[in-house]
Amino acid sequence: MDKITALVTESAELTPGIQSLTVRLPESTDWDVRPGQFAGLYPADGSMLLMRPISVCRWDPARRELRFVYRPAGAGTRSFTALREGDTIDLLGPLGNGYDTEALAGRHVLLLGGGIGVPPMLELAAALRNAGAETQVTAALGYRTDELFLAEDFRETGAEVLIATEDGTAGTKGTVLDAVREAGIRPDAVCACGPMPMLRAVKRYAEELGIDAWLSLEERMACGVGACLGCVVKTRETDAHSHVKNARICTEGPVFAAREVEIG
Amino acid sequence: MSARPDMSVTIAGVTLKNPVMTASGTFGSGMEYGQFVDLNRLGAVVTKGVANQPWEGNPTPRVTEVYGGMLNAIGLQNPGIDVFIERDLAFLSQYDTKVIVNVCGHTEEEYLEVVERLAEEKRVDMLEINVSCPNVKEGAIAFGQKPDALCRITERIKKIAAQPVIMKLTPNVTDIAEMARAAEAGGADAISLINTLTGMKIDIERRCFVLANRTGGMSGPAIKPIAVRMVWQAAQAVQIPVIGMGGIASAEDAVEFLLAGASAVAVGAMNFHDPYLTEKVADGIEAYLVRHGIGRVTDLIGAVNG
Ligand SMILES: Cc1cc2nc3c(=O)[nH]c(=O)nc-3n(C[C@H](O)[C@H](O)[C@H](O)COP(=O)(O)OP(=O)(O)OC[C@H]3O[C@@H](n4cnc5c(N)ncnc54)[C@H](O)[C@@H]3O)c2cc1C
Ligand SMILES: Cc1cc2nc3c(=O)[nH]c(=O)nc-3n(C[C@H](O)[C@H](O)[C@H](O)COP(=O)(O)O)c2cc1C
Ligand code: FES
Repeated sequence: MDKITALVTESAELTPGIQSLTVRLPESTDWDVRPGQFAGLYPADGSMLLMRPISVCRWDPARRELRFVYRPAGAGTRSFTALREGDTIDLLGPLGNGYDTEALAGRHVLLLGGGIGVPPMLELAAALRNAGAETQVTAALGYRTDELFLAEDFRETGAEVLIATEDGTAGTKGTVLDAVREAGIRPDAVCACGPMPMLRAVKRYAEELGIDAWLSLEERMACGVGACLGCVVKTRETDAHSHVKNARICTEGPVFAAREVEIG
Repeated sequence: MSARPDMSVTIAGVTLKNPVMTASGTFGSGMEYGQFVDLNRLGAVVTKGVANQPWEGNPTPRVTEVYGGMLNAIGLQNPGIDVFIERDLAFLSQYDTKVIVNVCGHTEEEYLEVVERLAEEKRVDMLEINVSCPNVKEGAIAFGQKPDALCRITERIKKIAAQPVIMKLTPNVTDIAEMARAAEAGGADAISLINTLTGMKIDIERRCFVLANRTGGMSGPAIKPIAVRMVWQAAQAVQIPVIGMGGIASAEDAVEFLLAGASAVAVGAMNFHDPYLTEKVADGIEAYLVRHGIGRVTDLIGAVNG
């Protein structure tokens, strides 16, 4: 884990309100990035002192390139949209546990991404392509409208892609789980990232099917490295680090087995 | 070439290799930041507040950013003194740095229980008593806002403590000098300040409080001028050493605190901005001494002119 200065190699709007940012890490870094991990991106304006946690969307170890896809939400993420090729940005990472792709190998894995939860699933889809021929991947991606950012990239990984849109302009009208039910697929593991109502529904869905589910959680963070205890989630059992029923999303997470977390 | 300046400072008989510490709660127990900085290079590691029992802390959101700073309402989540001694203190024992354990409680008895447990622990060099956390409902800050209560709890702790006692003061008072004198009167070996300033942030789109606790403690560069002023006032008021903190982001900031009267400084929220900062501050203070031809860092303490 380091804080490093990376070189911007690409910065563009993918669809209205969704940005893509690719950076190259300095040669001296030895980051080993797993799907589901994230980095802390620091705004250049020092009045914003905290990093912005953004998930890894793609990782190219040969080129040491990291791609992020993000939604400009507030002042920090909006400031990133001004970055241009050749600029630099400070990053803290790689952060968090990431997905255990070995545990997923050989299964029919359903990846669920809702809105800005779509990007982190892409690196997982790509990693699972190399997880053995028996591994089957279905990615159900949920969008507001037919601005289907990254859907093509998922297809390129060889994953089966299902689309759901809130307004019905593409794919199934409704949620990602509506699309899954409509397609009649029967996965044996599910990984999900998206808004909390979606994650709650995924947890119930996995319980009904009796299959393993892993959820990527979000919380406001200060340190990103497990020191401040800002980013906790309630857990079913006493957490090994905290010795209370709270685990640090930045360190024990952001990926948790659905049955371990109390998300209501 | 002349000899390197003497960076050591002595507080209540404990000699630190340099005046740079970590601010409680911003550095865990050193484990997390040990991968960024060499803990052996720090004057002291000040650990996250620990109580007699595990504390769950507050609901989330617990942290947010504000202009030039941040708010936190962690609510002193901690694993309790048993785990702390077994795991965190054992970890810190590997390092050649001073260990200052920050202690919290809801009642006087809870503080005393922790202090008593720590009395047997040889690896603990000093205690810092947090009577100033704004984020827990009972106890804590109540002891730090009334001079009588502060004096009394300091006396009771001093009676049983095996290590020197630092009383950590809150800036959320009208007269910091009075509080500093109360801690001194109670027998404190040193005081540290400032803890966070109570603040609030409202999300105007959702018309709700950003933090689940509604209020949170403000820290970071934006509070530094207030902290420097309070350190100066406290140092003027007492004979015991003062440990200064609040918004330190650079060695220059740290020097400001020393000149205001602090014998040592702590780096807090800015660790989150730059995980290497503590070491940089130590190096930078030394560079400042060299640049100004000052032989000892202690020559800076309270050396502001006029
Ligand atoms: C593990 C993790 C992975 C994430 N991955 C992505 C991603 O791939 N793409 C993406 O668009 N967004 C992602 N987010 C959300 C993203 O971090 C926030 O949108 C962003 O921090 C908002 O910053 P801001 O300056 O624009 O907003 P402001 O509201 O100005 O931020 C103020 C403070 O609140 C924090 N904050 C505000 N909203 C959130 C939030 N939703 N989650 C966490 N912190 C928040 C900020 O980090 C900052 O400290 C992720 C969050 C987490 C925790
Ligand atoms: C996330 C966080 C947690 C903190 N926890 C504690 C604590 O457990 N005990 C304590 O005495 N002070 C605690 N503090 C206060 C700091 O030690 C320090 O006094 C304050 O933040 C001012 O310094 P800064 O501006 O450099 O952060 C905490 C501060 C932050 C930001
Ligand atoms: S953000 Fe500090 S512990 Fe997770």
